[in-house]
Amino acid sequence: MGEMIVVQDLVKNYGEFCAVNHISFTVPEGKIFGFLGPNGAGKTTTIKMLTTVLDPTSGSIRINGHDSTREQKQVRRSFGIVFQDPSLDDELTAQENMDLHGILYGVPRAERLKRIDALVDLVGLGDRKKDFVKTYSGGMKRRLEVARALLHAPRILFLDEPTIGLDPQTRNHIWGYIQQLSKEEGVTVFFTTHYMDEADRVANDVAVIDHGKIVAQSSPGELKERTKCATLEDAFIALTGHAIREEEANATDRMRMMGRAWRGGGRR
Amino acid sequence: MKAIYILCVRQLKRYIRSPARIIGSLGQPILFLVALGFGFKAMFARAGGGNYINFLAPGIISMAILFNAVFSGIEIIWDRQFGFLKETLVAPVSRLEIVFGRMLGGALVAMAQGIVVFAICLIAGFRVKSSPILPLAIVFMFLIALLFAGIGTVFGSMLQDMQGFPLIINFLIMPLFFFSGAIFSADGLPKALQFGLRLNPLSYGVDGLRGACTGIFAYGLKTDLAAVTILTAILLGIGSYFFSRIQL
Repeated sequence: MGEMIVVQDLVKNYGEFCAVNHISFTVPEGKIFGFLGPNGAGKTTTIKMLTTVLDPTSGSIRINGHDSTREQKQVRRSFGIVFQDPSLDDELTAQENMDLHGILYGVPRAERLKRIDALVDLVGLGDRKKDFVKTYSGGMKRRLEVARALLHAPRILFLDEPTIGLDPQTRNHIWGYIQQLSKEEGVTVFFTTHYMDEADRVANDVAVIDHGKIVAQSSPGELKERTKCATLEDAFIALTGHAIREEEANATDRMRMMGRAWRGGGRR
Repeated sequence: MKAIYILCVRQLKRYIRSPARIIGSLGQPILFLVALGFGFKAMFARAGGGNYINFLAPGIISMAILFNAVFSGIEIIWDRQFGFLKETLVAPVSRLEIVFGRMLGGALVAMAQGIVVFAICLIAGFRVKSSPILPLAIVFMFLIALLFAGIGTVFGSMLQDMQGFPLIINFLIMPLFFFSGAIFSADGLPKALQFGLRLNPLSYGVDGLRGACTGIFAYGLKTDLAAVTILTAILLGIGSYFFSRIQL
């Protein structure tokens, strides 16, 4: 078993502001790794750097043995990702979204069609695959995104708050499947979440990041022991404090507001 | 190559599936064609200019292409805000393939729109002259479409949200259209304006399209073709460069 993700001394500065401040960690192959932290702690910035869409200020990242800035193609082929925000094309059907992904990742046609059928069935969307994504509910979109992320059989799965806004049924369904993948196929899973019970239940290891620094890293059990807390949530608060974090609305949030106003309904 | 193809197909599908957009973007060219075309027709003929609709139609077709092509580039902003851009940026294909797929798809959509406007112009009385260079009309339409898909891509890659969109339309696209010889010829204009027209890439596109359709060139076929081809290549290069620098 090798190390699937190796992060060394990673830094991301935005001007004066340091979003990620010299963090290092490793994730062994086949493990489920929870990346926890309050709003604005640097979780999403870290995931963006791990997934090659944001250049680090300094430090190094190796994904599946490849350098994330020099061997981007190999790195990108190694992982699948479910983003925090939806990233489907609403004007295409589920099948078309899947197909487009498969073509971008160079999955041969016969295998692509077979895998698409199997995966949409797996997330319970088999009978809706010919429907436009714009007719999907939030939970259905999320399930489709999980299916899509797995289409090219990645070795690593990144999940940025994958279960936000989902009902307990869907959440359990998705986690059940991801745990099975990890166990049976040795897929490495890196996820962020605000639900501490969820992290406690599924993660082999967690890291807690706050103000751009990793403040703790161990198994959920050890973390509770060390902080003498009964739940991971209490341990999390013991580590990161009670202060509520402010996050500035970014361009995306403003845009979504505008989009909502224009469509007169909002995203379902 | 397959990535270019599928991203291109995606844009064509989105176009065909949105009749509201197709009809909506026909409004402006039809308005200009009817208002200017019929409004100035008599005056133009009295001044010895001949058939104004024949002069104007290539300009209106170019306009339809210009707006649709720029908009296809600006769509990057929508894809960024509504997420789809991320899906393409984490895929194991080069940014160059992605941006070429997008620009080509956008250009084909703009050209489709241009062909619809062409047909409307024919109904309104536009008469093309059948000649060996008539097929070049399609070439010019395609080059105009690619050129402005490139310009749209530059802005789509630079801007974070749609706030800057009216700025681009009013201070770049509208002036490019008005000062391209689309609605009036460069003859008799003040020297400074004539020079401005010369610097406008659309001028050569409009002139080439007009020449291919009617046989009358202001700058000459070779100049038009060379200018538009070179400028298109440059803009595709600049568009690709800006797109490849996108960070999320």
